[in-house]
Amino acid sequence: MTEVSTAPPLTEVRTVGVDGMLVSFGSRLSEPANRAALAFRAALAEESWDGVEEVSTSLVSAYVRFDLRYLDHAGLRARLGALLAQRDWYAAALPRQRRLWRIPAVFGTELAPQLPQAAEAAGMTEAEAVASLSAARVRVQTIGFAPGQPYLGELPEAWDIPRQTQLTTRIPEGALAVAIRQLVLFSVATPTGWMHAGQTAVRLFHPDAEEPFLLRPGDEVQFTPVTPEELQGLRRDPLGGAKGEALT
Amino acid sequence: MSGTLTVLRAGPRVTVQDSGRPGWLEYGVSRGGAADRLALAEGAALLGQGADLAAVEMAGMGGEFQANNDLRIALTGAPMRASIDGAAVAWNASYLLPAGARLAIGMARSGSFGYLHVGGGIETPELLGARSAHLAGGIGTPLAEGEVLETGPDSGRTTGLGLAPENRFEGGTVRVVPSLQTALFPQAELSRFEQSTFRRGARGNRMGVPLEGSGVGFRPEGARTVVSEVIVPGDIQVTGDGTPYVLLSECQTTGGYPRIGTVLPCDLPVLAQAAAGVALKFRFIALEEAVALERAEAERRKGLGSLCFPLIRDPRTMSNLLSYQLISGAIAGEDDVV
Repeated sequence: MTEVSTAPPLTEVRTVGVDGMLVSFGSRLSEPANRAALAFRAALAEESWDGVEEVSTSLVSAYVRFDLRYLDHAGLRARLGALLAQRDWYAAALPRQRRLWRIPAVFGTELAPQLPQAAEAAGMTEAEAVASLSAARVRVQTIGFAPGQPYLGELPEAWDIPRQTQLTTRIPEGALAVAIRQLVLFSVATPTGWMHAGQTAVRLFHPDAEEPFLLRPGDEVQFTPVTPEELQGLRRDPLGGAKGEALT
Repeated sequence: MSGTLTVLRAGPRVTVQDSGRPGWLEYGVSRGGAADRLALAEGAALLGQGADLAAVEMAGMGGEFQANNDLRIALTGAPMRASIDGAAVAWNASYLLPAGARLAIGMARSGSFGYLHVGGGIETPELLGARSAHLAGGIGTPLAEGEVLETGPDSGRTTGLGLAPENRFEGGTVRVVPSLQTALFPQAELSRFEQSTFRRGARGNRMGVPLEGSGVGFRPEGARTVVSEVIVPGDIQVTGDGTPYVLLSECQTTGGYPRIGTVLPCDLPVLAQAAAGVALKFRFIALEEAVALERAEAERRKGLGSLCFPLIRDPRTMSNLLSYQLISGAIAGEDDVV
């Protein structure tokens, strides 16, 4: 695996549905591929080609949706190829105006019942797991699945644990869940295969606010352990006790 | 003239919908909007107004509505029983709803989503640039009894038009193009997928519909976990147990399950409208053919207005003839309707 991931990652342009194209910077998550996807999306947004309706990123790819009346696949593919050739996207800098967020979280207890299971899978005691997860400064690699919901990484290698095949029927809003060296902070209640190791009081999406989304791709996050009683108090705060500071 | 539409009673899943909110995928918000976009175009054609105006979407069951001023309305999508002050009115048509009259809309007779359009559109406040409720994403709420909806200024005058709907309420064969992970499935599995007759599962909603009844689940070759990628409406995701699940307008924005194909946007109304138990089949077509079909459908939708025809009312079936404001159902001479 190490040998494969040190080889130059492959860039690939593929179609998505009838009116979309995807530029992938790798077939698995890596930090350079993630940075490349974020930078390439930013460049696409800047170019704002006629007929491009929307651009977005997921972990290692940038997506373009276009209007079939103004663009065709061959033309768009050629333009994407030219933009790709302009620079080494894997060496691109992280997005600007990044922030560091400290978000209070309860680890374990009945609020986050899968901490023991996650710790065991990672080969740690519960105390070691809490120490490891709260020491990690993770980055928002992408926002997706639900409004404002971040995929955070990358955790130490011990956390390369699989998602559960049996889904948890309902993980609550604000849940912090772990698998495959990543954390997901859930913005809505949903079924999931990720392990529920922490619980926060943060609301990631405020549809009627001037700034509807708390986090942006590129932001960094660290989770501060608190007691269930402290978390209860933080539920009155619209940010759930989250505090941000400028990084760049 | 602007006015209001009051919700006197509403089924459990009645929401305001428009063409959705593009531009927020990067923040995890799918475009959403009407589950059956063709219905929005049909309503716009019947009222002679833009297809971007918001309407009331009714999943399975309608409600009762009352306007404070005379209001032009149109009914499209899944056919439902409807009446104005107790007199039955046909679906796929436009009417004048007199001020204070009660518009009652019942259960869908076939299909899933019915639409109530109003002249000038529903003008609830915009959130992130659209009026659509996106319940899965926490935007907006279902309409409830007593709610008063603003309606926009309406410069149109024509009512009493009908439009033959594209029949999309009984299932059938829908066309798909290969998706990001189609190649992960062995050719034999893809052939079996095309040959299978599925039934729309009971758990479906605006996010997506499960496909049941194919027997053995579909399996991609090799590793089951693929890196999480963008999801678009129409994607047919194959979950852990091999059940295909077609994603609709209010789907999640990313997903890690492999997708066996993507339904053409112009065929997606068939999926959205399929009621539980309805039979569905899938047929792969080439991307070039799909592009041509989409372009043709966009043109066809623009021309729907010219396909509207005047409803002919038979006075013998109108028991309360004298109470009718007959002129309101007529066509204003200056409007180009044919």
